[in-house]
Amino acid sequence: MSEIQYMFADTFVIAKRNIIKIKRVPDVLVFVLLSPIMFVLLFGYVFGNSVDVPGDNYRSFLMAGIFAQTVLFGATFTGAGIAEDMQKGIIDRFRALPMSRSAVLTGRTLSDVVYNTLSILIMAITGLIVGWRIEGSILEALAAVLLLLVFAYAFSWVMAYLALLVPSPEVINNASFMVIFPLTFIANTFVPAESLPEPLKTFAEWNPVSTVTQATRELFGNIPPGAPEPDAWSLQNPVLYTMFWVVATVAVFAPLAIGRYTRFNRR
Amino acid sequence: MQSSVIHATGLVKRFGDVTALDHLDLSVPEGTILGLLGPNGAGKTTAVSILTTLLLPTEGSATIAGVDLLSSPAEVRRHIGLSGQFAAVDEILTGFENLDMIGRLYRLGRSASRERARELLDWFDLDEAADRPVKTYSGGMRRRLDLAGAIVAEPPVLFLDEPTTGLDPRSRIGLWDVIRDLVSRGTTLLLTTQYMEEAEQLADDIVVIDHGREIAHGTADSLKAEIGGERIEIAVCDTADVDAARAILATVGVGEVEYNPATNKLLVPVTGGAGTFAKVLGSLNSAGIELRDVGLRRPTLDDVFLTLTGHGTNDSGADQTSAEQGDAGTDQKVSP
Ligand SMILES: Nc1ncnc2c1ncn2[C@@H]1O[C@H](COP(=O)(O)OP(=O)(O)OP(=O)(O)O)[C@@H](O)[C@H]1O
Ligand SMILES: [Mg+2]
Repeated sequence: MSEIQYMFADTFVIAKRNIIKIKRVPDVLVFVLLSPIMFVLLFGYVFGNSVDVPGDNYRSFLMAGIFAQTVLFGATFTGAGIAEDMQKGIIDRFRALPMSRSAVLTGRTLSDVVYNTLSILIMAITGLIVGWRIEGSILEALAAVLLLLVFAYAFSWVMAYLALLVPSPEVINNASFMVIFPLTFIANTFVPAESLPEPLKTFAEWNPVSTVTQATRELFGNIPPGAPEPDAWSLQNPVLYTMFWVVATVAVFAPLAIGRYTRFNRR
Repeated sequence: MQSSVIHATGLVKRFGDVTALDHLDLSVPEGTILGLLGPNGAGKTTAVSILTTLLLPTEGSATIAGVDLLSSPAEVRRHIGLSGQFAAVDEILTGFENLDMIGRLYRLGRSASRERARELLDWFDLDEAADRPVKTYSGGMRRRLDLAGAIVAEPPVLFLDEPTTGLDPRSRIGLWDVIRDLVSRGTTLLLTTQYMEEAEQLADDIVVIDHGREIAHGTADSLKAEIGGERIEIAVCDTADVDAARAILATVGVGEVEYNPATNKLLVPVTGGAGTFAKVLGSLNSAGIELRDVGLRRPTLDDVFLTLTGHGTNDSGADQTSAEQGDAGTDQKVSP
């Protein structure tokens, strides 16, 4: 096998190990999913009535935002997992093995795709229960899920890098919320971006969380006919803009994280 | 200098003001065991970490199986197995999953990894616990699993950092057998330990270090000749007898007689074992000296230090600032 093939093989070995761990300690999954479920209930039934959205079904509007929020929260799981790995004895084993140097990270971000698929599934079921429906084609719905997953994958690398900067599970949890809260709330996740005051409106329009939400909303067919066209280019071309972000984020943060990990390995 | 598989020259490692290793040279010929003996904070783990590519030395160089450590760390990792001072196993995975994963990462392939994992679990008496998460294992079981992890790929060069610390006597002897077996098949081993007896049992060559420096080097026999073999230790009931007892011990001792006023104990290194011991008991008896306690024992690391440096392991820091760090640095994973 070539070095590249070994890199993939090692990535799968590490990913498999992480997935076994999710299976064996599912409380983490439950804990991370609890907040999006709470948001569905809170926004769907309490605040939702006072939000003005296109169409008349707020919960239908809300779910795309919830999906984006779910995978974003899922990325904190990546950070916590890496921070934990760095503290546990097993990392010394990995460091002395002739394995691919980046596999601890590529394996982690890969296993979190599996994890995010699971989260999206659970959230979709929650959505169906509260009255959300897929109103577009199946192919479009799959495209929505795929976009959410690649978006989450890119964001995992941001969290991986953060986790290597502060390799303590407690700190990384707090640090990641400082990144995630503004991103999820100054966005069109819960209210239309147009209804926010400046300069929050501009931030929200160009926030990739908004565009992935917008794209998801469109692909699931949750935007009623006759809804006003958004003003910003980013929201008019949400898939394109989101993909640009995904590529840029991975291109910047994957090398940063791997570099940091490698340096950490040879002190 | 024939074919030494582990060869290090002038290794220095500084952590800020602390000099953990101070120009240490090591050389281990193929198929032999080097025992690195030293008290807490001596630099054993630091030396092992450098030689297994986990730490960069501040100065010095080394080759492992002929491969340069600094320029080709990845290549070095292909030749080595490591069982660190603290078991590097995944708590949530089972014993089998741990070994299988290590096999895959050593690139043994799927079926060979599984087969090897089962074989090792069997060999290390872990087959019954094989499919239980490691967090349910006892300390000794983890230790054995970790050691199994080090030899998954049958590496020609093995590093074991205090492999028997925390094991009960039976497990310790079991592990010694495993180690002898491995080396008889050609493995080259660097072993660290705090136990003189362990070094004596296993090592072909012993390097005693303190504050990162070599303070003695030789075979178990040559070191024993230097520090004396066993010790006779007696505790007298009456302090008035101390001088008389000291005189008797001096006639058989191969070194100075130590007296500890706090415990009223006298200690002397001897040769000749039980025969000498019986003779001393006879003389003490006929001199009418009453004893509270008496014993013949093997030299401990503390005795080695007492003889070689004039101070024991505990107070060895009195003249060295670096020793104040003690074992504080053992948890090296946390800060980059
Ligand atoms: N990462 C680190 N940062 C600062 N000092 C360190 C670090 N690692 C080790 N040290 C210091 O280096 C010295 C040698 O430590 P080392 O862990 O090699 O000793 P050791 O012989 O393995 O001891 P022990 O028997 O307790 O395991 C100690 O004084 C220790 O405090
Ligand atoms: Mg140590």
